[in-house]
Formats: sequence, C-alpha cells, structure tokens
Amino acid sequence: MEINGIAAIGAGLSAIGAGIGIGMIGGKALESMARQPEHSGMIQTNMFIAAALVEGVALFGVVVALMQG
Amino acid sequence: MNKNIYKLLFAVLLMIISAINVFAENNTKKEKGFNPTPHILHHIADSYEWHLWGNVSIPLPVILYSEGSWDVFMSSAFQHGKSKVIKGDRVYKIDHHHIVEENNKEFFNFSITKNVASMFLSVLLLLIVVFRAVKAYKKPKRAPQGVQSFLEPIILFVRDDIIKSNIGPKYEKYTMFLLTVFFFILINNLLGLTPGAANVTGNISVTFVLSLFTFVIITVSANKGYWKHLVKPPGTPIALLPIMIPIEIFGVFTKPFALMIRLFANITAGHIIIFSLISLIFVASNNGINAVAGWSVAPISVAFVLFIFLIEILVAFLQAYIFTLLSAVFIGLAVKEENH
Repeated sequence: MEINGIAAIGAGLSAIGAGIGIGMIGGKALESMARQPEHSGMIQTNMFIAAALVEGVALFGVVVALMQG
Repeated sequence: MNKNIYKLLFAVLLMIISAINVFAENNTKKEKGFNPTPHILHHIADSYEWHLWGNVSIPLPVILYSEGSWDVFMSSAFQHGKSKVIKGDRVYKIDHHHIVEENNKEFFNFSITKNVASMFLSVLLLLIVVFRAVKAYKKPKRAPQGVQSFLEPIILFVRDDIIKSNIGPKYEKYTMFLLTVFFFILINNLLGLTPGAANVTGNISVTFVLSLFTFVIITVSANKGYWKHLVKPPGTPIALLPIMIPIEIFGVFTKPFALMIRLFANITAGHIIIFSLISLIFVASNNGINAVAGWSVAPISVAFVLFIFLIEILVAFLQAYIFTLLSAVFIGLAVKEENH
C-alpha cells in the first residue's frame, strides 16, 4: 500500500513536469505562429517534435510508477 | 434562457455534493469496496481468449512447440483457466494469464492470442481498404472517389509533410516503411478504442518491434557522417570527448527506446483513464450496494468518459503521426549530407 502511494505521487510529479513543458512549448509556438503566420506549418511540426520528446521523458516516469504500483 | 442555465448548474452542483458525500462515506468501510485494478489490468493485458461480455468469449487457437512436437488446441480447453490440458506427457495450465507446464518443461509459445488475432483483423481491414484505393488508380485518370478520396489526402500529407520535408531528397526509399507504419499504428489505435477490442498498440512487444524496424533502418542506411558523429563529434573540445562519446552512443539506443515507450504508454494510459472513470461509478456505489450514489455519479463519469474518448481519438491520430514523424526525423538525421 505504501509503495502504491509513492508510485502515485511519482506519476503525478511526472505529469506536472510534462504539463509545464508542453504548456511552455504550446504557448511559445502559438506566440510565434501569431507573429509569423506564414511559417505556422513549420512551427507546428517542430512543436509536435518537441512536445513528443518532453512527453516521452514524462512517460518513462509514468511507466516506472505503473510497474511499481 | 438564463433560468435554465441556473437550473442546470444547480443540478450539477447537487450531483458533485452527493458524489463527495459518497466518497466520504466510502472511506469508512474501505475493506468491502470495489477494487478496479484487476478489471483494468485484465482489459489492458493480452489473453488466450477474446472476452466479449459477461461469460461470452471467443476461443482462440493455442499453438505450443515442445521437444519436437506441436500441441495445437483451442483455448476453450482451459475452461477460463479452471482446468488443465494434457497432451502426451505434457500438462499445461494457465497461471496468472500465462500458460505454464506443470513439470517445468521448456516450450515455445506460438499461440494466436487476442492481440495477434486483432492484428490479423486490422491488417486484413487495411489490405482491403488500401487495395480498393490501389485498384482505383489503375483506371484512367479521373477525380478520386470513395475510399480513394479518403486515403489520398492522408497519404499525400504523410509523404509531403512528414517524409519529404524531414528526410530530404533521398526520401523515396523510406516512404513504403513509414506509410505502412503510419497506417498500421493508426488502424490499431482506432480499433483499440472500439468496445471489446484488443489493446494492440498498448502492448510493449508490438511497439518494441515497430521501433526495432526503425532502429534497423536507421543503422543500415546511416552514412559516414552519422558514424563520424558517434566516434568524434565535430567541434567538441578533446577534454569533453570521454563524456560526449558515451552520450552519443547512448543516444543511438534511446531514440528507438523512447519511440517504443511513447506509443505504448500513451495508448495504455488512455485505456486506463477511460476504465478508471467508468470504475468510479462502481467505486461510488460500493459495488452495487449504494445504488443512489452510483446513479448520481454516473452522469459525471459518463460525461468525462465521453470527453476522454474524444481526446483519445485525437491521440490515436497524433501518436501515429508522431511515431512516423520521429522515425522520419531520425532517418533524416542519419542520411543527411554534411555541409559544414
């Protein structure tokens, strides 16, 4: 039961990290798209790549928590 | 108009308050409560029979190879894990969702499990859809119609926006693999969302093989510049080389590993969230004892499930896109010409 609780906290922490990261990426991407709408396709692709990388690291945390919980 | 909104808000508030009360009540008698974990894990995991509802399930063939002999039988012979199957001197039984031999004999398992059967189904569907579109292109040129007009924009999008823009001029060799991966992941993600279906892309073996393909293609098609970056990253001070070289070599393996974990965890997490939200009803109603609490939580829970379901459809497309995109980016890094 104790392990379960700690695993849940770990999953929550990795969710916080991913939330901050993806939020910043999305916000900055929107900002730059508003400034230069003609480059929005390229910005979107790069946004997805960066978001996927951030999310991948966060999911490592979730998977470890899942295995422990 | 306004009055109606207030009424609706009031009703939602009442529901939330009753739900909170139910949770407070539930904490006092926790031992008897409903535990959703085994149900969720049962749904996520692979199995030897295709469970549909209640006691209805489709038996699937079990194919085992042991010491030169093949044992083939339907999984219904296990009677949902209650009975053993005796073939010659080998006794098979199901222990925690896995087939084991009672005398600890070694055997290879080639069974058509739920995931494998679902994969066959999705491949069959994909072949039917794609070959119908292919047939349409053999006719003289005309405006696309039917399946063709559905597939053409997707294929063009994947080819132009993902493959061509990331790999560069030598993209044509890789279009076959990347398009196949895209449609395979997409159809399995979408089929996984239908009720009663298997969780194929949420199985780590499936995503492992997919990322292994990417890894092999990167390694095989990498040019001189890629290998030079590994052993001697250009522009790095010599003092940093002992740190940089292990990091670069480590990076070769973390890229496909991250691809594997990303797809697996995204799809599995989506399934777990949907199941947890549905389980809230049974947790609140204390496994059917407190029906009023269950009914009052149900609308909130169903609304959330609907919301998550719509997000999951987005995620199904997004993950197929991301897997293809990152594969293309990694292949592009490996094959691009040095110009510095």
